[in-house]
Amino acid sequence: MSSPEVATPTAEAAPMPVTPAVVEPAPRKDKPRSLWTDAWYELRRKPLFVISAILITLFVLMAAVPQLFTSADPLAADLNRSLTPPDFGAWFQFGKQGQFGFDLQGADIYARTIYGARASILVGLSAVIGNMLLGGFFGILSGYLGGWTDTLLARFGDIFLGLPFVLGALVILSTFAPVQSNPSAFRITSLVILTFIALGWPSFARIMRAAVLSTKQLDYVHAAQALGARPGRVIFRHVLPNAIAPMVVVGTITLGAYIGAEATLSFLGVGLRQPVVSWGIMIGDSRQYMEAAPYMMAFPAAFLAIAVLSFVMLGDAVRDALDPKLR
Amino acid sequence: MGRYALRRLLQAIPVFIGTTFLIWFLVWGLPGDPFAGRCGERQCPESYVKFMTDKFGLDDPLPVQYFNYLTNLLQGEFGQTFNGTEIGDLLAQAFPVSIKLALVAVAAEALIGITAGVLTGLRRGSFIDNLVLVSTLVLIAMPIFVIGLVARYSLGLASVSPEAPWVELIIPGLILGSGSLAYITRLTRVNLVENRRADYVRTAVAKGLAPSRVTGVHLLRNSMIPVVTWLGLDLGSLMGGAIVTEGIFNIRGIGGLLFDSINRRQSGVVVSIVAILVLVYLIVNLLVDLLYGVLDPRIRYE
Amino acid sequence: MRGITPWKVAVGLTAVALAAAGCTSTPEPEAPKTDGSFIISWGEPQNPLVPAGTSETQGGVVIDALFTGLTNYAAADAKTEMANAESITSADSGATWTVKLKSGWKWHDGTPVTAKNYVDAWNYAAYSPNGLVNGTFFADIKGYDKVATADPDDDGPKEAPKPAADKLEGLAVVDDTTFTVTLGAPSNLWPIKVGYSAFMPLPEAFFKDPAAFGQKPIGNGPFKLESWTKNVELKVTRFDDYQGAEKPKVKDVIFRVYTDDAAAYEDVKNGTIDFQQQVPQAKLVGDLYKTDFGAASSNKPVSSSAFLAMPTWLPGYNDPKVRQAISMAIDRKLIVEKIFNNTRIPMNGWVNPNMAGFKDGVCGEFCTFDAAKAKALFDSAATKPAEISLAYNGDGPHKAWVDAVCNSIQTSLGVPCVGKPFPTFGEFRTLVQTQKMTGMSRAGWQADYPHIENWLNPLVKTGASSNDGKFSDAALDAKLKEADGTSDLAAAEKLYQEAEAMLPALMPTIPMWHSSQQSVWSAKLGTVTINTFGELDLATVTVK
Repeated sequence: MSSPEVATPTAEAAPMPVTPAVVEPAPRKDKPRSLWTDAWYELRRKPLFVISAILITLFVLMAAVPQLFTSADPLAADLNRSLTPPDFGAWFQFGKQGQFGFDLQGADIYARTIYGARASILVGLSAVIGNMLLGGFFGILSGYLGGWTDTLLARFGDIFLGLPFVLGALVILSTFAPVQSNPSAFRITSLVILTFIALGWPSFARIMRAAVLSTKQLDYVHAAQALGARPGRVIFRHVLPNAIAPMVVVGTITLGAYIGAEATLSFLGVGLRQPVVSWGIMIGDSRQYMEAAPYMMAFPAAFLAIAVLSFVMLGDAVRDALDPKLR
Repeated sequence: MGRYALRRLLQAIPVFIGTTFLIWFLVWGLPGDPFAGRCGERQCPESYVKFMTDKFGLDDPLPVQYFNYLTNLLQGEFGQTFNGTEIGDLLAQAFPVSIKLALVAVAAEALIGITAGVLTGLRRGSFIDNLVLVSTLVLIAMPIFVIGLVARYSLGLASVSPEAPWVELIIPGLILGSGSLAYITRLTRVNLVENRRADYVRTAVAKGLAPSRVTGVHLLRNSMIPVVTWLGLDLGSLMGGAIVTEGIFNIRGIGGLLFDSINRRQSGVVVSIVAILVLVYLIVNLLVDLLYGVLDPRIRYE
Repeated sequence: MRGITPWKVAVGLTAVALAAAGCTSTPEPEAPKTDGSFIISWGEPQNPLVPAGTSETQGGVVIDALFTGLTNYAAADAKTEMANAESITSADSGATWTVKLKSGWKWHDGTPVTAKNYVDAWNYAAYSPNGLVNGTFFADIKGYDKVATADPDDDGPKEAPKPAADKLEGLAVVDDTTFTVTLGAPSNLWPIKVGYSAFMPLPEAFFKDPAAFGQKPIGNGPFKLESWTKNVELKVTRFDDYQGAEKPKVKDVIFRVYTDDAAAYEDVKNGTIDFQQQVPQAKLVGDLYKTDFGAASSNKPVSSSAFLAMPTWLPGYNDPKVRQAISMAIDRKLIVEKIFNNTRIPMNGWVNPNMAGFKDGVCGEFCTFDAAKAKALFDSAATKPAEISLAYNGDGPHKAWVDAVCNSIQTSLGVPCVGKPFPTFGEFRTLVQTQKMTGMSRAGWQADYPHIENWLNPLVKTGASSNDGKFSDAALDAKLKEADGTSDLAAAEKLYQEAEAMLPALMPTIPMWHSSQQSVWSAKLGTVTINTFGELDLATVTVK
């Protein structure tokens, strides 16, 4: 998303169908810096952005190839090692276990924490992308068509917005994942993602709708329409690029929030659960052992907080960069 | 404005019905037998199950049950739980507690959040600014249950007593509001920064007003509009969103009641709570929109 | 729902020394206050507060405070002692019993407690259309089949027919303080059973409005209901006209609702409340609760045990060899040590040690951990499950041990094993009872009365009420039937033991461990006696 090429006019022009309206965007090609290139220059100089980008890269790497970080199996449990405190000597020795100690069942907390990144990132990222797609779609429909469709969709969205987030997720998940089906990792993860999308899309739709409404009034859009551009073209060429900035900002921050929400739901026992390894599950498991084994909670909680923090910081930095008013 | 409010109210009706039906459907659709756990480690006798099924009309088709429920609701009847408690009594006990907790949280947000926001907004880029910025990030990043558990068990705090006196609610309220507090701080700060460059501020400065007056009257008042509305919306959402905090401090409010009721299949309680929360949400939303018009003369509704 | 102990234990007969001394702390020299009060951690009851309509502990503990039945189980040794009854006698070796009540007992509303109150209450509870949870307790009494009817097709469209009678034939009021009970078949154990709360009487006021009564019960017990704020707390206060032997030493007892047992524990620790019946499992690690509470804690064995029910209708699980192998693959000792911190006792048979007829070591090698033997035995089975699962209710404290058991099985047998949590106990039980389980499931059993019979007939006999695994074996059934029909108690006991000795070869269920209970209380409480149900004996508590 922070890559400058993505949004440059050349890249944008690629999927463009050959239509009679090619005439119109010509002058923009000469423009040396778009909003995005500008933002990129701005961002590179921000320490907050650099730190969060590095952290996120690390987390994504953890999620994709946890084997890079640990050789231990997060599911292997040996009761004889139950509740062994962290071995700080092992921190700098490759191949050793127990850097973060062992949990009640004798599983390696370090390995579980590393593998836990996958569930969190996966849920957060998929839910946000889903929200952007679904919310974006409905937002465009409301904004572009207006009238009845707009009212109907707005009220429909209100049904989901009216539910407090955790409460709504609680009810939905306890209906569809009452665990008796012993949901596979795939099933429970997708259920959590779908729940987040179901409850989150109206906010994204609102952002998109606002962007569409404001863009619709612009002169060059009227011009394009007057020249006979079809709705699809107007949306993709003019409306979407304008709406992407706020979507990206809200999306990044929401991603952080979703990682936290996933943990809260797992903590309450209705979110992800075994055999998935996730930070929320680990924290939930550890709540009763805070005195006897504080390390059981400390490490996953720290990772969780840092991950959420990274995404919020990134969102912040991107928003500052994209919002010329604050520069 | 009257016509606008009326139209909004009318539009709220289908939303209300839609949300309650959705929840109704989900809750009654929960798999499993709501009575099987009520007899300890033994199987409930058939006669008991039949008695209860008849009593609560659980054999009727879902839409019929929903319609009956809604009709009763309109007459102010919430129905009974499976152990014969009037749901109305439960709500009457739990809601005031949750409202108190939410008020404490919102008050803390307003007090601390706005102060910190103003402080940082006026001294942008200073050490304090950066410190507060980082602290808010940490608060946002830390899930409430981590903050709550750590506070409760490492400080050895006692649970809140059943009457939920204000004093005992301060710490749970702070914890509950911690996330929003951080948002308020940032919202205040951003608005201040933005408005400082607004034309009217420049005008005020140019015509020779004292800096304190520029900040106090012109800048702050305008910057507070979005903050105040945000606080209003938060009050609504905190009432139902306190599941975790209420559990950790054994506060007998709506969140705990709701979580318990979901686990125990007390569908009537769940739907009643959700119905009220949705109603609160819709009303608060409308009020906030109307308030916006009052606070900001540029916004007009028909 | 946490820590459900549905059946009250009556460990009367065998007078097994239950370390009673260990859980009674000596009162301080200063005179205890008589107008004091204390607070107990509690959970909202599942049913209205009617004795025969309550079978779970949270409701049960309040029922016990509000009502007194014919007999009590002594707090110290669980022996049956007369309470409201003057005597319970039988002249024809257990076929007909004559119950004489003590005179002068009063209900909380001032009316006298009469024989009619008992007969009416029992008739009401047994009549199946009234739908009371404990109705089946009256099945021993003559004429029960005429007042209770079963649904002919379970969940089907047909409904249970209306019973032919609404009164039990076997009950007859003789005078104000005497009534007789005729049983369907002679039983010498019957007077021991009536100590259970299902057999408590109900006042006239109940029959006027049963629903209202359940919200504001009027009892004849040591305490009367003062107030009940739903989902917050229930307060009882001393009943000054109480005629029982043990009168309350405090004025008020408050039952406060907690949804999180960790929160309740913390509150006992900081003195906000005064008693928690079972400390959270995490506080057992390193005996944390003993460090926190010292002498203000108790560790007491209870008459309940844990089993794994085997789905004997499924291929693989239907082979006793597989079941034996799984049993041998579980390292009970290590799990008890690490997860329960030695607060459980590994089982080596199918009967709780508090029972008459208990024999040690019945299960033998099949309940002893041996990974190699287990694997060999498992591999020798013709069909075996490809994946083993162990279902449990997620609202109870089971996850830790279930995961440990599964890990043990997985490591020993090399077959994947997963714990399957079900969100609520209700859902879990429904699936168990409707035979929907696709693997093993946890099962708990708590004694109704302290006899070996209570651990065999309800659990492993064909079609028995709590035979979760639908286990069936003709030879075993025959042996149990023979024992049931033997009137000489000693001879019957021997036959039951022979039946138990058949179980290792059949492995109908996997015995796991016997339970114990760890309670803690605040410095405010003086005398603390935990009775054999594991409940705090409210009447004997003194406060400082």
